[in-house]
Amino acid sequence: MSKVIITVVGKDTVGIIAKVCTYLAEHKVNVLDISQTIVQGYFNMMMIVDMEQAAGSFEQISTELEAAGQEIGVSIKCQREEIFTKMHRI
Amino acid sequence: MLNMFEVIETNNMIEHEKLDVRTITMGISLLDCCDADLQILNEKIYKKITTCARDLVSTGEAIARDFGVPIVNKRISVTPIALIGGCACKTPEDFVTIARTLDRAAKEVGVNFIGGYSALVSKGMTPAEENLIRSIPQALAVTERVCSSVNVGSTKTGLNMDAVRLMGDIVRLTAEATKENDSLGCAKLVVFCNAPDDNPFMAGAFHGVTEADTIINVGVSGPGVVKVALEKARGENFEVLCETIKKTAFKITRVGQLVAQEASRRLGVPFGIIDLSLAPTPAVGDSVAEILEEIGLERVGAPGTTAALAMLNDQVKKGGVMASSYVGGLSGAFIPVSEDQGMIDAVSMGALTLEKLEAMTCVCSVGLDMIAIPGDTTAATIAGIIADEAAIGMINQKTTAVRVIPVIGKSVGDTVEFGGLLGYAPVMPVNQYSCEKFVNRGGRIPAPIHSFKN
Repeated sequence: MSKVIITVVGKDTVGIIAKVCTYLAEHKVNVLDISQTIVQGYFNMMMIVDMEQAAGSFEQISTELEAAGQEIGVSIKCQREEIFTKMHRI
Repeated sequence: MLNMFEVIETNNMIEHEKLDVRTITMGISLLDCCDADLQILNEKIYKKITTCARDLVSTGEAIARDFGVPIVNKRISVTPIALIGGCACKTPEDFVTIARTLDRAAKEVGVNFIGGYSALVSKGMTPAEENLIRSIPQALAVTERVCSSVNVGSTKTGLNMDAVRLMGDIVRLTAEATKENDSLGCAKLVVFCNAPDDNPFMAGAFHGVTEADTIINVGVSGPGVVKVALEKARGENFEVLCETIKKTAFKITRVGQLVAQEASRRLGVPFGIIDLSLAPTPAVGDSVAEILEEIGLERVGAPGTTAALAMLNDQVKKGGVMASSYVGGLSGAFIPVSEDQGMIDAVSMGALTLEKLEAMTCVCSVGLDMIAIPGDTTAATIAGIIADEAAIGMINQKTTAVRVIPVIGKSVGDTVEFGGLLGYAPVMPVNQYSCEKFVNRGGRIPAPIHSFKN
C-alpha cells in the first residue's frame, strides 16, 4: 500500500469533494478515509488514499490535483503519509 | 489512523512556523584522490565529487515534493583538503587550484556550498597544513561556494596557539581580499575547537577521516515551531516549559530522520547522523532570540539569557535523541547574529554585547557566529577572540567556533549586508585593549587536566 494524505483547504463552495473524488476515481486512487469540517467558513478536508494502483506518478497526480484546486479556489496538497506518522507516533 | 488535527498541526508547522529541513549534506571522502601530480589530483577530485553527488539535488527536490516539507539546501562536505593536497601542493597557490576545482564541482552538481577546504591543526601544523591555511584568503576570494574551516584546538590536545595567532592574520587577510563584498569571505571561514567530523552545517562542515567513503548527514531546523509551542505555555513553570520544548524537538527531529533515511535509501549512500540544531534565518518568526524572549527575557542579552539558553539547548537535545538513534554534528541552538532577526535587534538596541555572546557560547551548540566587528580590529585582537572561544571549548569539552567578520572600511554604528541566508549585521564594538604580547608567545596551551582519562 502506498498511503498518501490529501489535504484540501479553502473557501467553502459547491462541489469540492465531488471534484476531488472524480479526479481520484478517474486515476484509480482508492480513498481509505475522509474527514471534513468547516471552520469559520473555511473548508478543511483530509483524505487518506492509497496510490498503489494509481494511473500516474505521485508527482503527476499531486501537480494535477493542485491545479484542479486552483480552478475552484482551494489549495490541495498531497503528501506521503510517513511525514505525519513519524512525527506523531513513537 | 491519523487524525485531522495531527495533519493540520504538521502542515501549520511547515506553512506558518517555518519548519524545514535546513540541509542534506553529502560527505565525500577524497582520500582515494591523492596524487603527487597537481593536475591529476584536481581531475580526480572533480570526477569523484561530480559522480557521487550527481543525483543529490534532484533527490532532495523529489523528497521535498513527496513529503511536502521544504529542504532548503543541498550541500557537500569533503575530506580536509590539507590532507588531500599535501602530496601535490608545494605552495599556497597550488592549494588555490583545488579550491577552484571544488567550486567548479559544486556548480556542476548544483549545490550552494561545499565545505572541507580545511586543516585540522589542534596540536601542530605540517607544512602542507600551513600552506593551506595561508591560501585561505585567496581561495575564498576567487571562489563562490567553497567554505573553509580550521580546527585549532581540542580538549585532548590543548590549543595550538601558533595556529590561533596565524588565524588572526588569516581572518584579517580574508576580510581584505573580499573587501569589495563587505568582507564576505570571512562568512565562509570558521575557526573551531573540538570540531566534529560529521557536521552538516556550513561553513564548518567537513568530512572527517573517521567517516565512510560517502555518507548522508541531515541538519534540521525549526526555531519558529518551538516559539509557537512556547506561546501556548506562557506563565507555566519550568517543568511545563521543558516538556514543551522536548516534545517539539522530538517532532522536528523525526522529520529530519525521515528525510535522512529517504535520501540515504534513494541515493544508495549510508545514513550518518541527524544534526538537530535550531538554526535560525533572518526571516521573522525563525529566530532563536525570539524563543529566548518568549521564555521570559525582555531582550536577548538581559540577565538570565545564559540560563535560558542552557535550558533550551539541553531540552532540544533531550527531545532530539529520542527521535533519532544517530544524533551528531553540532546539535543544539545556534546563536549567529546576522542570521537571526531577534539577535540583530538586540545588538542594535544595545541589549546584546560581544562579551554576553561569549558567555552564551559556553552553553550553546557552537560559538561566536556571524558577528561583524570593526574593520580596523587588529589580527592580534582577532587571535585573542579565537583563543578565548577555543579555551571555552577545550575546558568544557564542547565544540566552539569563531566566525567573525572584520568589515574593512566599516566601524561601530554601520550595518553590513551579506544577503540571503547570511542576513545582515550591525558592526559590534570590540574591547580596545591589546592582547598582542599574549598571543605572540607562540607554542601550545597544554591539554586540561580532565583530558587524562586513560
